[in-house]
Amino acid sequence: MEKVKKKIGSFSFWNWVTASIIFRLILIYFPKNLNLSSRPEVSTPLTSFRRLAEGYWLKQSFMSPYAGSMYHGSPLLLSLLGPLTINRIEGQPNHLLYSLVSVIADVVSAMLIRATGQNLRLAYLRSLESLDLVKQIEVSGDIAALIYLCNPFTIVACVGLSTSPIENMAVILCLYGACSRLIPLAAFGWVIATHLSLYPAILIIPVIFLLGCGPDSPPRKLFLQRHQQKEVLNQSKLPPRFSWGPVIHFAFWAFLWSVYVLVLCGISLKQFGGLWEMFKSTYGFILTVEDLSPNIGVLWYFFAEVFEFFRNFFLIVFHVNILFMILPLAIRLRHRPCYLAFVYVAICSMLKSYPSVGDSALYLGLLGWFVNELADMQFSLFLFCGYVGVSLLSPVMHNLWIWRGTGNANFYFATAMVYACLQIVLVVEGVSAMLNHDRKLRNLITGKPQDAKS
Amino acid sequence: MVLLQRPHILLLLIDTHQFLQCWIAFGSANEEGQQQEEFSEELLVKPLPDHKLLAHFHFQSSAPPSTSNGCHHHLFPKAISQLVQKFRVKEMELSFTQGRWNYESWGGFDPISSSNAKPPGVELWAVFDVPQHHIDASWKNLTHTLSGLFCASINFLESTATYSTPEWSFPPASGNVRYGTFPCEAVCTENLTPWLRLLPCRDKAGIALLLDRPSLYRGFYHSQRLHLTSTESSSEGIDSGIILEQTLTVVLQPNSERAIEVHASEKHVQPSWSLSSIFGKQVSGRCVLAKSSSVYLLLDWGLVAELKFPNKENGKSAANGLTSENFWSNPSFELSVNPDRIFLEESSSHSKSLSILYMFQVEKYSESEPFDIGLMWKVPVAWLCQQTPLHASRFFMGSGNERGAIAISLKSTQFTEGFMSANSKDGSCELRVDVFQVVPWYVKVYFHSLRVFVDQQPRAVSDFIEKIHVSPSKDKMSPGVMEVVLKLPCRVNTAALTIEFDKGFLRIDEYPPDANQGFDIPSAIISFPNFHASMVFLEDDSLNRSPLLSKFQEKCPVMSYTEVLLVPLTTPDFSMPYNVSTIKCTVFALYFGSLLNVLQRRVAEEERFLKAKAAKKTGRLPLLLSKLSAKLRGSGINQD
Repeated sequence: MEKVKKKIGSFSFWNWVTASIIFRLILIYFPKNLNLSSRPEVSTPLTSFRRLAEGYWLKQSFMSPYAGSMYHGSPLLLSLLGPLTINRIEGQPNHLLYSLVSVIADVVSAMLIRATGQNLRLAYLRSLESLDLVKQIEVSGDIAALIYLCNPFTIVACVGLSTSPIENMAVILCLYGACSRLIPLAAFGWVIATHLSLYPAILIIPVIFLLGCGPDSPPRKLFLQRHQQKEVLNQSKLPPRFSWGPVIHFAFWAFLWSVYVLVLCGISLKQFGGLWEMFKSTYGFILTVEDLSPNIGVLWYFFAEVFEFFRNFFLIVFHVNILFMILPLAIRLRHRPCYLAFVYVAICSMLKSYPSVGDSALYLGLLGWFVNELADMQFSLFLFCGYVGVSLLSPVMHNLWIWRGTGNANFYFATAMVYACLQIVLVVEGVSAMLNHDRKLRNLITGKPQDAKS
Repeated sequence: MVLLQRPHILLLLIDTHQFLQCWIAFGSANEEGQQQEEFSEELLVKPLPDHKLLAHFHFQSSAPPSTSNGCHHHLFPKAISQLVQKFRVKEMELSFTQGRWNYESWGGFDPISSSNAKPPGVELWAVFDVPQHHIDASWKNLTHTLSGLFCASINFLESTATYSTPEWSFPPASGNVRYGTFPCEAVCTENLTPWLRLLPCRDKAGIALLLDRPSLYRGFYHSQRLHLTSTESSSEGIDSGIILEQTLTVVLQPNSERAIEVHASEKHVQPSWSLSSIFGKQVSGRCVLAKSSSVYLLLDWGLVAELKFPNKENGKSAANGLTSENFWSNPSFELSVNPDRIFLEESSSHSKSLSILYMFQVEKYSESEPFDIGLMWKVPVAWLCQQTPLHASRFFMGSGNERGAIAISLKSTQFTEGFMSANSKDGSCELRVDVFQVVPWYVKVYFHSLRVFVDQQPRAVSDFIEKIHVSPSKDKMSPGVMEVVLKLPCRVNTAALTIEFDKGFLRIDEYPPDANQGFDIPSAIISFPNFHASMVFLEDDSLNRSPLLSKFQEKCPVMSYTEVLLVPLTTPDFSMPYNVSTIKCTVFALYFGSLLNVLQRRVAEEERFLKAKAAKKTGRLPLLLSKLSAKLRGSGINQD
């Protein structure tokens, strides 16, 4: 019976995967990509395909790709994807090869999410067994992969030719490597993700926890309590203590990879401005929020309106806001590094200077890993409706403001505000639900009756 | 005491020495009969095909190189010579223009139009004789000085976002050029008055007397230009010689009500005019300081061909017989004043016909007998001016405030047809077109999207673009500059360049007060380096050559300016700064507060346990406090 069920499950999984790939391919073949590549929700100044093409053109005409204020991505991306921005096959649209690359990146990310999810599930089952809590756990890997693949946000980001599928793949590669203890791979993913979009740098904390004490498990205290109750201290059943070995190994590899990436960048920018120019127009551009074109974030309107005098102050405040939450979250969720990584990714995509739907696609996909733990999350229907509503209203407001001239900027900003609030609710409720789940586990172990709604 | 006095004596000595030197130099210059400062005033009047009249005032002052540093000038404006010395300007041109030169009906292939048709607003370019790294500083100082001198907002050209460095397509090609335009400057009489102040007679005498403000600004096109060239000084002590050329070009509509009444039935009747009817004033003698003072009437070769002069075939012989009546009183028109001399164009590329220039000396006239030339048309005439090889126009494509495209379209004119038929023997004839386009940074141009359309067919860029130079725009730093050399086949009917752009979004304090009016994109310069506009007139005495005519003889490349484009940019809500800041900060506080609350929240039973612990340990007061706090928190817990 079990086997049959599993077979059906896996069959429908592969069905869904093929369906989503075919759907992407159909959308790619639409003329002009349905104009998705110039939507503000899809292409930010950092991930825009047209800017990549401009950077490649500048480089081909022996100018620095950062000469204008057009291109702000990595020079490696330029050498890898740049050649795909011009027409390669006669009679086919220019972007065909490039969009195939993003489809492949999406599929690879989904497969990595699936493998990581299965890893996580196995580890979790083991730790629950050692707590004598046998529970039916759903196959969260498949769900997460399907959420990632079939999410309209992912599809739009992939068809809209933004570079976020590749950035997302680097982040997932990092987490996959850390979960399956492939330290060089994890270091590679982390270095590339940081190089491409800076914000994944804070993922080093969950990665260290992952490598140090293994994947998500109930708090260590619970194991100790359990064993105290049973009056036997079975060291083998305890989760391992924090070990520094893999972390040092990781640091070594991360250093090696970053030197490698910097050398490659240096070579490709040798005849132009060099590495300093690259840092100034990639990381500097991210941190100083120079481009004020509308996007689904909230910083653009704020910095368009705020007085010049306060600009630097608010730049510091908003960026420090990301850093402020790192430590409290790391303390409370240190036993669940993958969940910690999810929360960090969500916070970054909420507070980053040029967010796009591709970033939301990533954290929504990672959310799928924790369907069991987050089963009693509050406001999930409200959040779902909110996401649907915002993703329908935001293009309408943009159209009213930019194209028809009947609305004004406040309309669009209001939807961006609502979207930020939704993400805040998601993060706060998600963290709260995970902490409650841990409490529930402890109550199960200590045998106390569960509090009404602890 | 003696010691103290000594420096004064020394200074006095030096002063007198310098003064003497200066005086001697001046004296010697006079004695030796060397070049002196000269001033000449000229006016050229030319009927235009569309019933309008072109008046071109040309004032030229020149200061020869002098050995003295600080000597006063006689005629030359001191402000200009100081400016040239201070900023080491090699060549400079400043123009204030209102209205747009109509290339189709006023022509584009003659020396007047190719050097006096200017883009609307202010245009300034300057060549400096300073090291590369000082050029920008010199430019900034120059813009501020000119701004003060001409009561205009030229100082807006100092910011790096507005001026550019043309690499090779701009005519005075060298690395030391700076070029800037300010299209939205409103040109009016407050710019003309300081310009007139540079003339030795101002507008009190001579030809400048005609410059009556109401009639000037009533015109269709008005462009005042100031061009100065300083000649290289060979040795150290000698100041550079400067030639200052001030021109004012106006296109006016003669008061033709009378003419319309008379010939209401005939469409092609040109209005008759006289200087007093168009300017409302007359010339009462020359400016006494001017070396030459003359008025010219130019009849275009197209017009001459239509007029059918009786001895058109043997034009050379007619030029010799200057006094012959038939030249100035023709069956088709009549001049009110007898011309002093008549020039015929020496030779021309078109060879259909030759232009005729009538010259009138103003010196002969006085207060009692003022000079007032008039032209009376007897029969209707219609003709066409010679146009540029290709007519250039520029427009926007696309709608909405997010993106769009700029298109520069080139259309063949009647000239190209003639040119093609002339060169059709070679088979492979090419037309070279230079395009120079400056785009401000808030219009983000994608240079990779440059497309070329020839005869309405999309073509490969590399087939027609011979050379391209691009300097992409940097936000708030520098404008984007595109210089393209196109090689088009002569048989081309239409050609178009399109380039896509995204519209930028600015901070609220970067918008001008009238933000919804839009932003200007300066004119593109389309030049045809293979063609030169020049008019050579037969002159008997080459020594006493008029500056205007020698200017006509210079070969200047044919160029035309396209329209200024007005790009509307999206505006944020200007009344929102406080609301946006407060809403945004509230949301951030919400995030921060609620997340921190979730992280540090303790659940009810944990709290009870802690309380019990505390109660055991402590006395009454802490117990009371803890009860109080529990009550206060009670509501929060219940909500959970």
